[in-house]
Amino acid sequence: MKELVEFIAKSLVEHPDEVRVTEIDHGGGVVTYELRVAESDMGKVIGRQGRVARAIRSVVKAAATRQHKKVTVEIR
Amino acid sequence: MISVEKTGKTVDDAILAALIELDVDRDNVEIEVIEEGSKGFLGLVGSRLARVRVTVKPSRVDKARAFLERVIELLGVEATVDVEQQGEYTVLQIEGNHLGILIGRRGETLDALQYLTNLAANRDKTDQAERVRVILDAEGYRKRRENTLRNLAYRLAEKVKREKRRAALEPMSPLERRIIHTALQDDESVETYSEGEEPFRRVVIAYKG
Repeated sequence: MKELVEFIAKSLVEHPDEVRVTEIDHGGGVVTYELRVAESDMGKVIGRQGRVARAIRSVVKAAATRQHKKVTVEIR
Repeated sequence: MISVEKTGKTVDDAILAALIELDVDRDNVEIEVIEEGSKGFLGLVGSRLARVRVTVKPSRVDKARAFLERVIELLGVEATVDVEQQGEYTVLQIEGNHLGILIGRRGETLDALQYLTNLAANRDKTDQAERVRVILDAEGYRKRRENTLRNLAYRLAEKVKREKRRAALEPMSPLERRIIHTALQDDESVETYSEGEEPFRRVVIAYKG
């Protein structure tokens, strides 16, 4: 799932090399993905009124449901 | 990616030969000069042909499809993607079994995927005219949803007329709102308009008398 977050983010930004995803496993199937992108690309992964961020979370949530996990994506 | 290697007396000749073989415009390719040609001495001794590699740039539709295919793969779903042009829209039809995970509740996941696919395909900044507008569908979901929305519109319009009041629908995407507006545009006793801000924007059906 980390790869999924990474792939989506890299497909949206202007500096794919600067995309970093950190997986934080809280145990019990609860996982947080911290997404970091270049300062100038923040808008690309957040979007107007957070629309892009919401779409990314929605897709990742679909993947998580399948694996019976509870996943959150945080953009740093 | 499709690419060819061609030779010619000059770099331009070699490029031209490649463009003819690939049947594309110069704007749609990437050119790599492998060997600058040389006329040699008096065109007799040591002349070398120019050699270039010309690669067709992926189109926006290619990019959209590649993005979607990879996301589907990463989601662990087995499916293929068919491309279909419908007027100004490019419809990416996802074919496979058990695609419910890609659709989500009320198409929420499909809409999210569709939004991201549009962004990924149009990432590089160019003028609007070149943008590709992608619609995703899976298991005929869009068509079914369109029928559901149209029936809902008719039912609510009847109720609005009977009770001489207005009714607000649940928030919908612009495309879905348009289905409602279109369904009722010829009904003269009601009017429809949208209110609220995205993503909570919703259609209202109001009694006109």
